[in-house]
Amino acid sequence: MTSADGLTVPGKPLLEMRDISKTFGTIKALSNVSLTVHSGEVHALMGENGAGKSTLMKVLSGAYRADPGGEILMDGIPVITGDPLKAKSSGIAVIYQELSLAANLTVAQNIFLGKEISRFGFVDRAAMADRVQPLLDSLGVSFQSSTKVEYLSLGERQLVEIARALSTEARIIVMDEPTTSLTTRETEKLFGVIAALKDQGIAIIYISHRMEEVYQLADRVSVLRDSAYVGTLEKKELSAKALVSMMVGRDISSFYKKAHRPPAAGRPIAMRVRDMSDGRRVHNCSFDLYKGEVLGLAGLVGSGRTELARLIFGADKRIAGTVELNGEAISISSPREALGAGVAYLTEDRKALGLFLDMTICDNINMGVLGDDAKYGSILNFDAAKRRATAAISNFAIRTHSADINTGSLSGGNQQKVLLARLIETNPRVVILDEPTRGVDVGAKSEIYRLIDELAQRGIAILVISSELPEIIGIADRVLVMREGRIAGEIAATPNNPIQQEAIMHLSTQMDSREISA
Amino acid sequence: MTDSTTTSTQPGPSRIRTSVAALGMLPVLVILAIAFQLINARFMTGANLSIVMQQSSINTVLAAGMTFVILTGGIDLSVGSILAVSAMVAVIISLIPDFGMLGVPAAVLVGLLFGLANGLLIAFIRLPPFIVTLGSLTAVRGVARLLGGDTTVFNPALPFEFIGNGKFLGVPWLVIIAVVVVVLSWLILRRTVLGTWIYAVGGNAEAARLTGIKVPLVLVFVYSVSGMLAGLGGAMSAARLYAANGLQLGQSYELDAIAAVILGGTSFVGGVGSIWGTFIGALIIAVLSNGLILAGVSDIWQYIIKGLVIIAAVTLDRYRLQGGVRT
Repeated sequence: MTSADGLTVPGKPLLEMRDISKTFGTIKALSNVSLTVHSGEVHALMGENGAGKSTLMKVLSGAYRADPGGEILMDGIPVITGDPLKAKSSGIAVIYQELSLAANLTVAQNIFLGKEISRFGFVDRAAMADRVQPLLDSLGVSFQSSTKVEYLSLGERQLVEIARALSTEARIIVMDEPTTSLTTRETEKLFGVIAALKDQGIAIIYISHRMEEVYQLADRVSVLRDSAYVGTLEKKELSAKALVSMMVGRDISSFYKKAHRPPAAGRPIAMRVRDMSDGRRVHNCSFDLYKGEVLGLAGLVGSGRTELARLIFGADKRIAGTVELNGEAISISSPREALGAGVAYLTEDRKALGLFLDMTICDNINMGVLGDDAKYGSILNFDAAKRRATAAISNFAIRTHSADINTGSLSGGNQQKVLLARLIETNPRVVILDEPTRGVDVGAKSEIYRLIDELAQRGIAILVISSELPEIIGIADRVLVMREGRIAGEIAATPNNPIQQEAIMHLSTQMDSREISA
Repeated sequence: MTDSTTTSTQPGPSRIRTSVAALGMLPVLVILAIAFQLINARFMTGANLSIVMQQSSINTVLAAGMTFVILTGGIDLSVGSILAVSAMVAVIISLIPDFGMLGVPAAVLVGLLFGLANGLLIAFIRLPPFIVTLGSLTAVRGVARLLGGDTTVFNPALPFEFIGNGKFLGVPWLVIIAVVVVVLSWLILRRTVLGTWIYAVGGNAEAARLTGIKVPLVLVFVYSVSGMLAGLGGAMSAARLYAANGLQLGQSYELDAIAAVILGGTSFVGGVGSIWGTFIGALIIAVLSNGLILAGVSDIWQYIIKGLVIIAAVTLDRYRLQGGVRT
């Protein structure tokens, strides 16, 4: 059907996705994206966080149905979208970043999960083992089909996922950031397996942020940006410069206005963090945060930004690290102590970790200061609560007709403002904002930027974590970039020389700066 | 839309929904009472209503404690056993000459200590409430049997027997105690910082921790309250019976208490509910028992009907949550 060298084969490509769009409510997650993949090809898919890669792959796997007008062809024959079983039977397999194996079952049981071979109604273990062994042999693995998955390393588990894909006779395997949690040796092993799969004519769609992997593996690279298809590069056209400019290349919109002045020389340090480590995701992070400064914290998802913020805030256990506030060493071992010392943290997940959705806006805003306002130490002070809520609703422009309605009934942007208001009521000196504009509409976004700017003007030190590069460049005076749990570098803006997205990209993806200018 | 002042006026539908939610199970109680009155005219007499209130009083006290616990998203299965051990202690202490009245505070204290033990295990060792209190359900029952040498202890001259059988201004002391417990619970839940924290922990424990709320303290508090009120229930029970039996007393009382809380509209996952609802729930259970007896329904059918009513109420609770404001 196909030759090993699929790239030059004339005729029908293995997979064609044409004009795929996907809208959720009013948000366009994909607009008219097309992608062509040939047999025996490693096709890399790149783009910033939120560019639409995952959505596109979910349409391919049938998890989402594409909007009308788009179509998916396998060998030139249309496939019905939005049906995971149809997608699987037409040869599409997806290996997600979070592997979907049952750790308490054996390798064979996992591979046959949901399609067990049975005899007289009983599971036929012997038959399953016989079928699995050749697959495992072809991947050159060192474990048995009867091994429980919990005893396997992450790299080995990935191979089990690949074996499972092969057992369904997959012809396209999507790998979503497969090397994120692998050691160097496991990565090499995986690349060997990918090369072998290529030789069998299987196509791989490879999602990765790591440039060197893409150079090494990919036959072609397609780039998505802002939910749209930007272009495809052949192996010989690949260069860091070309890729980065395809991935970023947005102009920073005008709604980032800074009224606060970046701290000048001799500025006082608000918070000094040294050697912060948790032994797993964060390693020896040190930085200074100045009074009245907006410091950005950039990096890829999974680079340890949230984990670092939670360590500083005392939400998780640290194994090393010190925090000094205004030159004074303080010990923070719980969020309560952090808030007492004047450090506040806005979580990235307001619904799961931030708000009390069944409680009123007034309760939510006052939750952090109930004890301070209380009469006789513990009796609720309704007047003070009402005053604070009324003031916050007007300061933060929270759209509601009453402070006494449940927070769960507000829109995402207004919920976020309620959470911000609670934070500010505690009168912090240092504020850590984790993705403050996630899931928030444009109007609320610009209001949140205005609030951040105001806080900085009042001399509050602000650390902002964001995955949106234009945002972080627009609001921050200085940007720290994290990579694999460490602070990979720092970029400061000067009046004539704003921070470049490319500079952040290269620090976060480990790319050599000489390659960019090459 | 952009008006940022806060007024208490709400648009019609949401206001109606709020009041329906606040009323909760009150209409059910009224309908049940009317129905039983139609079946047997003796139901709505002063004497009978006083009996209903007395019968519901111990369960009301246990259910008040259970409300604190369930509001945090937990459960306390041990209240029936704690009631038994506290009743044993109350009667045994009452036998000490001249110090017999100490039986009541002793019972409350014993209940508090067992509740505290539950709370410490749940808050600091982070064991699931169901497992911890299931364990103490069994262990504390054993302690209750141990105390009396597995026999019934009597005190025909119980110094605090008025609690169980006396009246104050024509109202039985049992009823006064239950109402006072409900009012105090309401004050704590709705008028103190701690009360708001209880709702917050039940609504979102991790958010509560990140907001600086002392979550372990809240948990220790609610299980201690539940244990303490079970101890008070033990004293009430001993006062009514002049006796206590470690094996039989308080058997499956925890289930009636949980039923009252759930009937009262308190969400099983925590964060939503009220003590008034629980009070009404406890009254519904008492009215059902009393009314079914007056109607001549057999003991066996009483069980079946009560069980079905509880399931129907939980169905209602689920429906209410789905139709609620979390859209």
